[in-house]
Amino acid sequence: MVKLIDIARVIRSKNSGPFELTFDIIFKDKEIYEMVKGKKAINSELIKKLYKISEDKIIGIYYFDPALAVKFTIVRPLPAGHLGETDIYGAQQHAPLLIAEIDL
Amino acid sequence: MEKIKILSPTAILGYGFPVKSFEAGLEKKPDVIAVDAGSVDPGPYYLGAGKSFTQRAAVKRDLYYMLKACGELNIPLLIGTAGGAGGRVHLMEAVEIIKELASENKLSFKMAVIDTEINKEWLKEKVSHGKTKPLGNLPDLTLQEVEEAVRIVAQAGMEPFIKALKAGAQVIVAGRTFDPAVFAAYPVAHGFDVGLSLHLGKILECAAIATEPGSGSDCLMGELDREGFVVYPLNPERRATPLSVSAHSLYEKTSPFELHGPGGKLDLSQVKFQAVDDRTVRVTGTKFIKTTIYYLKIEGVKRVGFRAISIAGSRDPKFIANFRSIASGVKKRVEDNFPELKGKYYLNFIVYGINGVMGALEPENKLSHEIGIVMDVVAEDKNTAEQILGFTRSTMLHFGFPGRISTAGNLAFPFSPSDIPVGDVYNFSIHHLVEVEDPENLFPIEYLEIGG
Repeated sequence: MVKLIDIARVIRSKNSGPFELTFDIIFKDKEIYEMVKGKKAINSELIKKLYKISEDKIIGIYYFDPALAVKFTIVRPLPAGHLGETDIYGAQQHAPLLIAEIDL
Repeated sequence: MEKIKILSPTAILGYGFPVKSFEAGLEKKPDVIAVDAGSVDPGPYYLGAGKSFTQRAAVKRDLYYMLKACGELNIPLLIGTAGGAGGRVHLMEAVEIIKELASENKLSFKMAVIDTEINKEWLKEKVSHGKTKPLGNLPDLTLQEVEEAVRIVAQAGMEPFIKALKAGAQVIVAGRTFDPAVFAAYPVAHGFDVGLSLHLGKILECAAIATEPGSGSDCLMGELDREGFVVYPLNPERRATPLSVSAHSLYEKTSPFELHGPGGKLDLSQVKFQAVDDRTVRVTGTKFIKTTIYYLKIEGVKRVGFRAISIAGSRDPKFIANFRSIASGVKKRVEDNFPELKGKYYLNFIVYGINGVMGALEPENKLSHEIGIVMDVVAEDKNTAEQILGFTRSTMLHFGFPGRISTAGNLAFPFSPSDIPVGDVYNFSIHHLVEVEDPENLFPIEYLEIGG
């Protein structure tokens, strides 16, 4: 098992419109990225576990070669600005990824 | 015309740019300057309240340089999502600033003002005829939601901008706009490829964010030809690299492979990013796929109530350990004290040091040495919100709980007054698509001769 934070250069979250959260993980080099991609190590099981959400809340998981990146997008638990919502820009929802470990 | 140069001064009008970068951009002899003036990211308040999240003086400062440059080079300036949220009131504020600048600096130009606020009756017709559809997992749009909305805007595509350019407008300012459209309109008006123009626009709309080191307040240049485009920063301290530009394709969007917009989508699955030199990137392979029905995205907000908050902290380990039961005990006391207001207010505690940032998604459960509490009350009117908040605050301050040792008060308030009236609260209530038959003529365009 390897910690995501040790192999990624960027781990970030942000709104993709007021009703979605999107997460980008950009890896340090092509070799690491290809390993992650080859194993599909960022997958719906991991996302469901980290964010305590069900499959239908995952909009998509995308491996994007030009940026050596994996992106996934989920339905926001609450739309931006709704009562009880705490992160209008969605910019601080990446923390579970900082402690996540994947099997390479 | 074999090449078009587009200067993007800043990520959002009012975020600023170094004058040196801007001047370096002008030396490249741009054919057009374009800027995105808003975003939906700061939340529903701004569209609802008719205010901007940017500051007037900062917007005016940026526009001063842009208007002057357009006059000197005799090139157009395109501005989208005026006033931050792009409603009519926001647009009028931007028009006012432009008029002020023109008169203060003796500038003259023909201006087009494109109003993209949506008429409720028009939209109700569309709803009645089944010509709207929801985005994501939202419910279908109803007549009631349209009626309850405070303000509704559509994200305009490039069609009205092209129309205004052809009518000879030099400065074009519009309400809510699909971000890339202000950059793509000029090249598309000159027969350049729609997909490449929009993709270049998508990168330029965030200006130097696509460079290394990234910045939302510095310039980016784009040069479009028939087969592709290049982008490069104008500040020598930044570089555009295949990684920085391709990583930007991920930014704030659902998928890196496609981007939906007015009238179709960008297919980015075959895009190539190549280094031209150590600070310039060439992009090729973008395609635009037209949809058979032309859809525009519409955004609307409705008022939820009035918010009042109080901020307090605790440094008491027992209070912190017992916070959840204390919070529900306080809520119960408030309910018992004002039974006539049951169901008429919203009371919530956002607690930094427990789960203030992530709420239900928070995986960590270790206790902090201190916590910060935001008491959040929303009610129909200001009086009710302040009544509930005041009672909540005093109840929590003196609330008894098992094992309490510090019996003088549970909370540290940083401010007097401790209770802060915040203002009206809005929700995003409309985030839908609407079918449009004539996108070029949907939005009224007003032409003004400024100065001269």
